Amino acid sequence: MSTAVAGQRENRTPSFWQSTNGKKAVMAVTGAILFLFVVGHLAGNLQVFEGPAKINAYGHFLRTIGEILWAIRIILIVCVVLHIVATVQLALLNWKTRPVGYSRKKAINSSYADRTMYWSGPIVLAFVIFHLLQFTAGYIHPESQFIDGDIYHNIVAGFSVWWVSAWYIFSLLLLGFHMRHGLWSMFQSLGLNHPRHTPVLKQAALWITIVIVAGYISIPIGVLAGWVR
Amino acid sequence: MKVKLTIWRQKNPDSKGQFITYPVDVVNGEMSMLECLDVLNETLMGRGEEPVAFEHDCREGICGSCGFMINGIAHGPLPATTVCQLTMRHFKDGDELVLEPWRSRSFPLVKDLVVDRRSFDRIIQAGGYVSVSTGNAPDGNAIPVGKEIADRAMDAAACIGCGACVAACPNGSAALFTGAKIAHLGILPQGKPEQDRRAVRMVAQMNVEGFGSCTNIGECTGVCPKEIPLEEIARMNRDYLLGAWRERGNVVTAIAPVTDWNFGEK
Ligand code: SF4
Ligand code: FES
Repeated sequence: MSTAVAGQRENRTPSFWQSTNGKKAVMAVTGAILFLFVVGHLAGNLQVFEGPAKINAYGHFLRTIGEILWAIRIILIVCVVLHIVATVQLALLNWKTRPVGYSRKKAINSSYADRTMYWSGPIVLAFVIFHLLQFTAGYIHPESQFIDGDIYHNIVAGFSVWWVSAWYIFSLLLLGFHMRHGLWSMFQSLGLNHPRHTPVLKQAALWITIVIVAGYISIPIGVLAGWVR
Repeated sequence: MKVKLTIWRQKNPDSKGQFITYPVDVVNGEMSMLECLDVLNETLMGRGEEPVAFEHDCREGICGSCGFMINGIAHGPLPATTVCQLTMRHFKDGDELVLEPWRSRSFPLVKDLVVDRRSFDRIIQAGGYVSVSTGNAPDGNAIPVGKEIADRAMDAAACIGCGACVAACPNGSAALFTGAKIAHLGILPQGKPEQDRRAVRMVAQMNVEGFGSCTNIGECTGVCPKEIPLEEIARMNRDYLLGAWRERGNVVTAIAPVTDWNFGEK
């Protein structure tokens, strides 16, 4: 058996976007921007605990800054689209890399959050769409009434429906899983890894995620428990 | 001690493979997994049957020839150990061990447990080298290298190119291997002049070979017999990002993957 088959030079090489590494870098940057949104959105909405006047004024303020709000929305939409397109293309590639599967395969070194990104992502997307239709556009408001501009009322009325709250909490937990992996993974994809700092970063990713998810979940829980009404 | 070996048998790349179970009497627990296969092959040849094909060379964990899945884990259950260094005393009497070749479209199967890993060679060919002028051998101490840098480069250079990382990766990614190979040269002063080109070309070749994308989950480093850390993948990403920018004007070529074999007259 001889291995003497000379390789020919071939010119087609992947561009930055076509390369797996380039796509991951795009996912990291867009993911980071979306994370900033998640933090900002939480900070804004926790004002619900300060009463109707405060949060309604905040909502009103967002609507008055018109162009800036739309600029932010467009950036976020572009990020979501790029993030998803890159993921889908990479997933399609990855599913092709093992045409003959293993009869058995053990995962020995990855966490649950690491391995469920393909699941947590799409479910969170479905949630975000539902969430926008419910609270931003007001198209869907199951078993409750939507009053444009009265954010406080919409939150209380919306979350008073138990299954809306349950779906919200479930989706936020998945977002937590997604961020738990993504928050340190983005550094790795951009080439920032350090033997001493990365373990700290992974711990930080866990705690930041816990704080954020707890913050979001406190809102429906607050409504259901009657603290916010 | 007796074990049952359930081994993937496949005559050639085109035929259909299947698992066949062989009982093996392990006379000595200090025998390695490969020696166990040697014993089995002696028996098979004695019976006039085709021996199990598997790759091996050094049998001391440094060449990277050996490797297959044992019960779903690349190189078996012992961390930081190649199958040639894995002794049978780590298994129990009566254990059933399922031996399966690396599965990846970039590692086409040749026979039984042997796969074609020339895709790795082509990644090296694309940029895994440093260019040196011919002439007298350079003086050993002409370029001072700090101990920390030397250690880091040595750790990355420990990669033996076995392919377990690809085999264990749910995405079939060769990021750990390519990362280690880019890193161990890029860290050293001798490798700096070609750092950008190296990263861009090796990453391009890795992509042309059809390996998957890294999702930073770490299955690779878990099975790696040399415990190459995920840090080397980050190193590759960094070198690639910078290199892709600085080399943006240059044409990058890749070597066409060749996966056919010349079997001679037989
Ligand atoms: S990185 Fe580890 S598992 Fe991958 S080829 Fe090198 S030695 Fe083998
Ligand atoms: S035979 Fe050389 S590493 Fe196992």
